[in-house]
Amino acid sequence: MPEKTMRDAINEALHQAMEQDESVFVIGEDVAGCNGSAGDVGSVGGVFGVTTGIYNRWPDRCVDTPISESAIVGAAAGAALVGMRPVAEIMFADFIGVCMDQIVNQMAKFRYMFGGKSRCPAVIRFSAGGGFSAAGQHSQAMYQVMTSFPGLKVVVPSNAYDAKGLMLSAIQDDDPVLFFEPKVLYQETAEVPDEMYTIPFGQANFVREGDDVTVVAFGQMVPKAAAAIDALAAEGISCDLIDPRTTSPLDEAAILESVSATGRLVVVDEAPPRCGLTADIAGLAADKAFSSLKGPIKQVCAPHSPTPFSPELEAAYLPDADKITAAIKETLA
Amino acid sequence: MSIPKETLLHAYRSMKTIREFEERVHAEIMNGQIPGFTHLYTGQEANAVAVCAHLDESDTIISTHRGHGHCIAKGADVAGMMKELFGSSEGLCKGKGGSMHVADIDKGILGANGIVAGGPPISVGSALAAKIRKNGKVAVSFSGDGSVNQGTCFEAMNMAVVLQVPAVFVIENNYYSEHTHIDYAVGCDDLKARTEAFGFPVFVADGADFFAVHEAAGKAIAHARAGNGPAGVFAEQGRYHGHFVGDPQSYRGEGELENLRENHDPLKVFRQHMATSGDLSEAELDAIDADVMAEIEQSVVDAKAAARPTPDQVTADVYIQYGATA
Repeated sequence: MPEKTMRDAINEALHQAMEQDESVFVIGEDVAGCNGSAGDVGSVGGVFGVTTGIYNRWPDRCVDTPISESAIVGAAAGAALVGMRPVAEIMFADFIGVCMDQIVNQMAKFRYMFGGKSRCPAVIRFSAGGGFSAAGQHSQAMYQVMTSFPGLKVVVPSNAYDAKGLMLSAIQDDDPVLFFEPKVLYQETAEVPDEMYTIPFGQANFVREGDDVTVVAFGQMVPKAAAAIDALAAEGISCDLIDPRTTSPLDEAAILESVSATGRLVVVDEAPPRCGLTADIAGLAADKAFSSLKGPIKQVCAPHSPTPFSPELEAAYLPDADKITAAIKETLA
Repeated sequence: MSIPKETLLHAYRSMKTIREFEERVHAEIMNGQIPGFTHLYTGQEANAVAVCAHLDESDTIISTHRGHGHCIAKGADVAGMMKELFGSSEGLCKGKGGSMHVADIDKGILGANGIVAGGPPISVGSALAAKIRKNGKVAVSFSGDGSVNQGTCFEAMNMAVVLQVPAVFVIENNYYSEHTHIDYAVGCDDLKARTEAFGFPVFVADGADFFAVHEAAGKAIAHARAGNGPAGVFAEQGRYHGHFVGDPQSYRGEGELENLRENHDPLKVFRQHMATSGDLSEAELDAIDADVMAEIEQSVVDAKAAARPTPDQVTADVYIQYGATA
C-alpha cells in the first residue's frame, strides 16, 4: 500500500469527494491562491497545501475569499442549508475566536432550533495544535472547546490513514463537522489506500492493546503516547492505547470497556487542563467505571498557560513521551 | 409599473396577516400566554411583503430577531408559527426555536435569527450556492440599522462583491438599534453611501409604502438575479412596539409614535393608494381584513389546544446521544 503524508491523504479525500459529488466545494483564504495577483491562480492550495490542485480541476468550486472568517463559515453554513456540501478552511483553529458565532450560534443549532427540518452538511477544516513555535495565537488545539457544543461533530485525526477516511465521512455527513488537523502531523506518513473509504464517527481506534493501563490520547498526542507505551514494553508494562478519533461523538463504550479491564487510566491531550478532554474522560471513568478503578486517574496535558513561543518553552509546555511514561508508571505505583 | 391585481390582493393580505399576527401575539404575551423574548414587526409590514413579492419559493430569505413579518411574507404557515410561539410540539419548529428562530427551509426561509447580523454571512452562502449551480436564484438577507455596524455585515457585503454572488441586502432602518438612535450609532451621515462604497448599488424607498419598496426591491433583485452581483435596499420604517415586548420606549420623542401610526402606517398608505388608483375596492380590502381576523383568531385557538412537548423530546435532533454505561 502506498505511503502518503497526512496532508496528501486529506487532499486526496477532497479530490475524490469533489469528483464524486458536484455539490462539494472548497472555500477559504488562499484555498486557490494568487487571485488578483501576478502569480498563477491555484498555485497556493491553502497555506499548508491541503487544497493543492483543486482549483486547477474545478475552478468554479474552489472559492478564494477575503480574510473574513465569519463570512467564510457563514457562507459554508448557508450553502449547506440549501443542499451544497462545502468544505471550508479556517487557516488556524485559533481563528475560531473571530467566527465563533457562526459556528456555535448558527450552524450548530439550525437543525435543533428549526425542529429537525433542516440539514447543514458543512465541514470546517482547521490546522490545529502546537509544536511549530507559532506562539499564543497560532498553536491552540481548540477542539476541546468545540466538543462542548451540542450540534457539532468534532474530528481529530492522528494519522494519514484515519485523516482520509474521516474526511470522507465528514463530507458525507448531513450535519456540521469540525475537522481539526494537527499541523505537526501534516508531513507524517502512513499507508493510505488509493481508493475511497470511510471511517465511522464515534468509533475509537485501539492503537495498542495491553492489560495494565488504559491510555486515551488525542491528535498529535497519539504517536507520542504510542512511543511511550512501546518503550514501556521492555519493562513488562502493557497498555491499551485508545485514539477516539472523534471527540464528539465519543466512543464512551470503548473507553469504559478498557478501563473496566485494566483498572487504570491515563488521559493525554495537548490543551490546558481546565474543562478539557482529559478532565472530561476522567469524569466519565469516575462516573461510570469507578468500581473498576485501582487508583487515581492521571491527566497529562499542557499547563494552564497560553502556548509560549520559544522552542525550549514550548517543549516544556507540551506533553511528551516522558511525561506520558511518568503518568503511566504513577498509576502502577 | 403596473402590478397585477392578484399580487395586490396577496400583498394586502400578507400585510394584514402580519399586523394581526403581531398585535395578537402582543396581547397574548401581555396575558402571559406566550413565553420568552419577542420582537414585533408591526409598522414595518410593507417592507417584508414588497421584497418577498419578487421572490419564488426557492429563492431564500434570512431574517432577524424581529422575524415574524419576513417569515409570513415568504409564505410560512401562520398556524404553525403561532403554535411555535406558544411552545407547542406541533409548532413549525416543534417548540425548539420559538419567536427568534422561526424557519421553514422548504419555503426558502433560512430562519429568523437571534444574533444581530448573524444572517448576512449565511445569506451569502445561499447566494454562492445559486452562483455555483447557475440556477438564477437570489438570496435576500433582512437586517436592521443595528446590524449595519456589525463586522459580520461588513464581511458579508464585501465577500458578496468579491464573489459576485446574487445576494440582496435589505436594510430596514427603524431608527433604533434596541434603545439607541441611528444618529448616535451610525458614525457617518450617509449610510447609503457607506454601503454603496462596498461596491454595489443601493436602492432607497419609503418603507411604509408598499409600492415604493416594491419598485426599489424589484431593481435590486433584478440586478442580482441577472448575475450582476449583490445589491441593496434601504427603507426607513417605524416600528410601533418597542425593541421587545414590554420595552417602555423611553427613547421616543413626544408625538413620535402617534405620528408613525397616523402618517406612516403601511396598511393605511396601501389603502390610500387603492382609493386613488381604484385597483382594489374598499369592499375587497374589508373582506380580506375579516378573513385575516378569523384566521388569526383560529390560529390562537388552535395553538392553545395544541400538543405540548414532552421531556423525551429535549435531545431529539441533536444527532449525538451520550450515556454509555460500563
